Amino acid sequence: MKVLVSVKRVIDYNVKVRVKADHSAVDLTNVKMSMNPFCEIAVEEAIRLKEKGVADEVVVVSVGSKSCQETLRTALALGADRAIQVETEDGLDSLSVAKLLAGVAKDEAADLIIMGKQSIDSDNNQTGQMVAALLDYPQATFASEVIVENGEAKVTREIDGGLQTLAITLPAVVTTDLRLNEPRFASLPNIMKAKKKPLDVKTPADFGVEVGSNVSIVSVTPPPERAAGIKVGSVSELVDKLKNEAKVVS
Amino acid sequence: MSILVLAEHDNQSLKPATLNTITAASQIGGDVHLLVAGFECQTVIAQASKVAGVSKVLSADNAVYEHQLAENIAKLVVDVAEGYSHILAPATTTGKNTLPRVAALLDVAQLSDVIKVESADTFVRPIYAGNAIATVKSSDSVKVITVRATGFDAAADEGGDAQTEVLSQVIASEKSRFVSEQLAESDRPELTAASVVISGGRGMGSGDNFKLLDGIADKLGAAIGASRAAVDAGFVPNDLQVGQTGKTVAPDLYIAVGISGAIQHLAGMKDSKVIVAINKDEDAPIFQVADYGLVADLFDAVPELEKSL
Ligand SMILES: Cc1cc2nc3c(=O)[nH]c(=O)nc-3n(C[C@H](O)[C@H](O)[C@H](O)COP(=O)(O)OP(=O)(O)OC[C@H]3O[C@@H](n4cnc5c(N)ncnc54)[C@H](O)[C@@H]3O)c2cc1C
Ligand SMILES: Nc1ncnc2c1ncn2[C@@H]1O[C@H](COP(=O)(O)O)[C@@H](O)[C@H]1O
Repeated sequence: MKVLVSVKRVIDYNVKVRVKADHSAVDLTNVKMSMNPFCEIAVEEAIRLKEKGVADEVVVVSVGSKSCQETLRTALALGADRAIQVETEDGLDSLSVAKLLAGVAKDEAADLIIMGKQSIDSDNNQTGQMVAALLDYPQATFASEVIVENGEAKVTREIDGGLQTLAITLPAVVTTDLRLNEPRFASLPNIMKAKKKPLDVKTPADFGVEVGSNVSIVSVTPPPERAAGIKVGSVSELVDKLKNEAKVVS
Repeated sequence: MSILVLAEHDNQSLKPATLNTITAASQIGGDVHLLVAGFECQTVIAQASKVAGVSKVLSADNAVYEHQLAENIAKLVVDVAEGYSHILAPATTTGKNTLPRVAALLDVAQLSDVIKVESADTFVRPIYAGNAIATVKSSDSVKVITVRATGFDAAADEGGDAQTEVLSQVIASEKSRFVSEQLAESDRPELTAASVVISGGRGMGSGDNFKLLDGIADKLGAAIGASRAAVDAGFVPNDLQVGQTGKTVAPDLYIAVGISGAIQHLAGMKDSKVIVAINKDEDAPIFQVADYGLVADLFDAVPELEKSL
C-alpha cells in the first residue's frame, strides 16, 4: 500500500505573529518557519503504518516555493521514502492546492492520503476535504485513531459532541487531529540520510492545473486589543468585582 | 438573491449554531432557505420552519442521511445549489467536514470561520489563531462559507413560518460507513452556547480534580471547558477543548483555572466579555487577557470561590 502525505511549511507555532504596518499581510520576514504541526502528525502516522508493515511506501508532497524543500527534507528525515515538490508561489488558496494534491495522488496511485486537518497560518481546515471531493474519495477528517485493514480504514474522529468512528474504503483521505499520535524527532544520522533520498520537482502544468483564486485579501489587521485588566488580591475581592463592577454574577 | 444554510442538528433538535448562521445569512441579505438533511428528523424540520428569517425549509429525511456523512450530504447540497448566491454552514466539526467538499465540487473557494459580513462579497475571518484578522473579497459565482457562531447573535427560534419543500433525492454514501459514536452526556449547557464557561488546564492535576469546578458551574449555570493539555492528559474528553483547534467560545464570563494562556488557547476564548484567570504563576500569559486575575493556588481559591457565590 502506498501512502501519500502532504506537508506544509508554515510559521512556527511558537512565534507571535505580527501584522505588517501597511495591513497587507502578516510579516514573515526573518520569522522561524516549521512543518505545520498537523502535518507532522500525518507524517508520523504514515511512518507507523510502514513500520507495522501495512504501508510499503511513504511519499511526501508539498506545494510551494523552493523553501518548502526544507520541510520535505524534514519529512524524509523522519522516515518518508521519497518527496515531491510542486513548485508554485507560496500562499495559494486551498482549492488550487487541493487540485495539485489530487493530481499527485492520481499520478502516484496512492491508496491512502494523510493530511493535516488544518494549517495553523490560514486556519482553513479545508484542503483534505477538497482533495477527497475532487477525487470522489471518501474522507475521515479530524482523526484520532486510524486502523487500516481489508482495504478499509476504520477511523475514529474527534467531533463536537465526542467521538465518531467511520469505515471508509480505500483509496481515501484522512486528516489528522492532535491526539492521533505524538510525532518523533529526527535523529542526526537520519537527517544526513534524508539528504540522499529522492526529491522530485514538478509544476502545476504537469497535472494540467491552472492555479488561481477568486478570493483577494482586502486587508489584514491586528485583532482588537483587550483593555488591560487588574489583579485582585483575594477571592472575596474577585466576587465583589464580578457582582458589582462587571455585573456578570448576581 | 437566495442563501442556503445547512442546518446543524442531531435528528432530534436544531443546534444553536444554526441560529447564528441564519443571522449571518440575513446580514448578507436575500431569502434564507434552510436545508435539513437527516433521518426521522421531523421535529427538527418543525423547529426549522419556525426560525425567524427563514422563508423556506428544504427537507431531506432519509436513512442515507442519518449520520450526515460528508460524501453524500455534499452531493445533495450541490444538487440543490443552483440559484443560490451563498451556501452557509456553522463552523462546527460537521460544517467543516462537509462544506469544503461542496466548494470543491462547485469549483469555488471556501471561506472558513467568518466572524463578520461586510457586504455580499466581503467577509472578515481570523487567521493565525486569531492573531490577525483578514478581510477577504470573493468574486466566486457562489460563495461557500462556514460561520463562526460567536461572531453573530442567534436568530429568534420563533416567529417564522417557513414553507417546507420535500427533497426526493436519495444519494447513498457507498464508500463511507458509520460504525459507532461515543457522545458525551452532560446536563450542562453546550460549551459554545453557554453564557458562562469555566475551564480547567493542566494545573488541575487530574480528571478527579475537575470535579472541583462542578460546584461553581452548578451555581453559575456554566459549561465546563478545558485546555488541550488537560484533554491530552486524559483529564476530560476531547469535546471540551477550547482553542485554535478546538471550540471557540465567547461567553459573558470565562473563568480559566490552572491554564497558562498559550496563544492556541487564547484563540478560542479571548472574545469573551469578562475573563477571570486563577493561576499560581503571576507571570502566566493568561493574565495579559484577564480582566480579573487572581494569583493563587487553585486548590484553595476554587473551593473558596464556590462558597462565596
Ligand atoms: C497545532 C497546535 C494546536 C493547539 N491547539 C490548542 C487548542 O485548541 N487549545 C488549547 O488549549 N491548546 C492548544 N494547543 C496547546 C497549547 O500550545 C498549550 O500547550 C496548552 O494550551 C497548554 O495547556 P495548559 O495551559 O493547561 O497547560 P500549561 O501550559 O502546562 O499550564 C498549566 C498552568 O497551570 C498553572 N498551575 C499549575 N498548578 C496550579 C495550581 N495548583 N494552582 C493554580 N495554577 C496552577 C501553572 O502555573 C500553569 O500556568 C495547541 C498546540 C499546537 C501545537
Ligand atoms: N501548500 C501546501 N502543500 C502541501 N500540503 C498542504 C498545503 N496547504 C495545505 N496542505 C495540506 O492540507 C492540510 C490542511 O490545510 P488547510 O486546509 O490549509 O487548513 C495541511 O495540514 C496540509 O496537509
